[in-house]
Amino acid sequence: MADKQAQLEKLRQVIREHKDTPGPLMPVMQAAQNIFGYLPEDVQIEIAEGLGVTLSEVYGVATFYSQFTLEPKGEHVISVCMGTACYVKGAQAVLDKLADSLGIQPGGTTRDGKFTLLATRCLGACGLAPVLMVDDQVHGRVTPESVPAILAIYEG
Amino acid sequence: MKFYRSHILVCGGTGCSSSGAGALIDRFNEQLKLHALDQEVGVVKTGCFGLCEAGPVVIVYPEGTFYSRVRPEDVDLIVSEHMLKGRIVRKLVYHHETEEPAGQSLNDVEFYKHQTRLALRNCGVIDPEQIDEYIAFDGYKALARALTEMSPQQVIDVLKESGLRGRGGGGFPTGLKWQFCRNSPGEKKYVICNADEGDPGAFMDRSVLEGDPNAVLEAMALCGYAIGSDEGYIYVRAEYPIAVRRLEIAIRQAREYGLLGNGILGTEFNFDIHIRLGAGAFVCGEETALMTSIEGHRGEPNPKPPFPAQQGLFGLPSNINNVETFANIPQILLNGADWFRSMGTRRSPGTKVFALGGKINNTGLVEVAMGTPLRKVIYDIGGGIPKGKRFKAVQTGGPSGGCIPESLIDVPIEYDSLIEIGSMMGSGGMIVMDEDNCMVDIARFFLEFTVDESCGKCTPCRVGTRRMLEILDRIVSGKGEEGDLEQLEILAESINDTALCGLGQTAPNPVLSTIKYFREEYEAHIRDKRCPARHCKELLHLEITDKCRGCTACFRVCPVGAITGQPRARHAIDTSKCIKCESCIEKCHFGAIIKV
Repeated sequence: MADKQAQLEKLRQVIREHKDTPGPLMPVMQAAQNIFGYLPEDVQIEIAEGLGVTLSEVYGVATFYSQFTLEPKGEHVISVCMGTACYVKGAQAVLDKLADSLGIQPGGTTRDGKFTLLATRCLGACGLAPVLMVDDQVHGRVTPESVPAILAIYEG
Repeated sequence: MKFYRSHILVCGGTGCSSSGAGALIDRFNEQLKLHALDQEVGVVKTGCFGLCEAGPVVIVYPEGTFYSRVRPEDVDLIVSEHMLKGRIVRKLVYHHETEEPAGQSLNDVEFYKHQTRLALRNCGVIDPEQIDEYIAFDGYKALARALTEMSPQQVIDVLKESGLRGRGGGGFPTGLKWQFCRNSPGEKKYVICNADEGDPGAFMDRSVLEGDPNAVLEAMALCGYAIGSDEGYIYVRAEYPIAVRRLEIAIRQAREYGLLGNGILGTEFNFDIHIRLGAGAFVCGEETALMTSIEGHRGEPNPKPPFPAQQGLFGLPSNINNVETFANIPQILLNGADWFRSMGTRRSPGTKVFALGGKINNTGLVEVAMGTPLRKVIYDIGGGIPKGKRFKAVQTGGPSGGCIPESLIDVPIEYDSLIEIGSMMGSGGMIVMDEDNCMVDIARFFLEFTVDESCGKCTPCRVGTRRMLEILDRIVSGKGEEGDLEQLEILAESINDTALCGLGQTAPNPVLSTIKYFREEYEAHIRDKRCPARHCKELLHLEITDKCRGCTACFRVCPVGAITGQPRARHAIDTSKCIKCESCIEKCHFGAIIKV
């Protein structure tokens, strides 16, 4: 619990720093997501009260932008780029293969909490299409056959 | 600043970083030290060189030797041969399979020969994390000249004469935009840079920010001076961490040098810039939605008028331009409007950066003079279509644009000519498709994108695009009916007429342009229940031909037991059991399994 207290204290510090700047809600929510990994209800309440906005406003913003998540994510987040360049070069087959291998649908998290699978917007690495990103690492020229080797890196 | 006899430039853009450029830099430094060359040879991490296909890319100056797909173990050889003995490592020098391997330097490479680099002029040339290098390449000279020799109106006049049009895709004259904002009454105004590059398949803005962030800062300060603003925001996608970091460094260094902040260059002019991160919403690339997002709300667009120049960010007059537009401006002020007009066409002067991707040999970033025919970009620069496949179409303008067929490949690239043929310039994504790509499926792909990204504020976009997607889903799964195309056209027209923002209005374009140029492909899906590109799974089945040797590899991999046959005899697929996963095609060593 001490952990949660320290996280909350960190969040309150961020709120204090941003409170008087114009348009503080999104930077605070982005910081909150970095601190907690996701935006559970009590964190949203803390932000709403700290910035003097309604909880519905915070919830509205949290659900509008795809970057914010209300559920905790897996240890590793796999994002398969579904931009046009990757799509025409077979990203769908890569996504299908991952969903199949992990036994989850895009948007889901494996039962052991190891992986979250996402279909994401263009990562801008179109020269290496099709690409996927595991956490911050981009893997390029991916094929359904290279999926097991990529998963193996993170399974250990 | 240190002087070196040679420089090793390593691309630090997103593409090359993903293919391992970071490890190269460490290895170069280590090896140079080992050979006691670290005082003679400098290693520079630059922005994107453009030819991402060949990454990681390394260029050695003064020779201009262009090494491609360099692996960490190659570094030792480059240092011990090239740097120590002056012998170029030929086997690592880039050459395209269609070219003679003789080309050793950058300027010999077909990919670069036909380009005119203006917005990208510093990308891959300077170290973007050192403001001194930008200054050495005439950086901040335009700002200095404007502040000391020109009135704000004169700055705007030069831009107007240059004919520069918005590179985000709209093509609105930039000078005029600045003039509106300057004329708008108000003490406080904002300058905004739209770096929310959301078009799938477009990464020009990211490369400019990664390779030459100071050019954008300088242009924003120029804009502040011209319209009378002291504060700017850059709204950049959170998906671009390298670009964000370089912007932060550039802003910090510019403040230290007195090029941002109060009393810039000893004048009365004050200007500072903040960075705001997007959070993954395509609609925020629309200017009114972007401003709503900076204010901290759901990024929904607002009707225009009022235009941002009248009532923009926080209700105050604001001028918003795209990254690439800004990147052109310091050069225009330095070299003059006539110089700029000498490139490109009368209606669209200057150059345009394109992100070339999809089924093309040289994927990467190219900058060409406006008016260049598509053919030149695709064949001369892009090196044509891989694997001997046939070119089918090129998609420009992302979810707002359209597909251009082979018959129109000689069309010059400029704002108006692309709109005339039912596509648009867009921000610069250019995705090439070959005979294996189904145009109905591509239209469905874009519609799915729009449905997903529609903010939901107006009904035509929220509901209308979904109805269109439902029809397309039916068509690609073999349940299309007569009248579907007409229904799509009716929906498209009403969405175009009534949606609130540009995003919704243009959402039907990918469908309309594919119906226009590939109608027979739609009809094949609807009437014959056939996909001519053999892409749509539900319209094709797998067949084993007489190339089969009976090795049983397919039999063993099939997850549903649909394949039967004896060893060393031709196998067969039971189409009623087959789920078309294509695992057998991947496994077959003889190319015996085909889609029909």
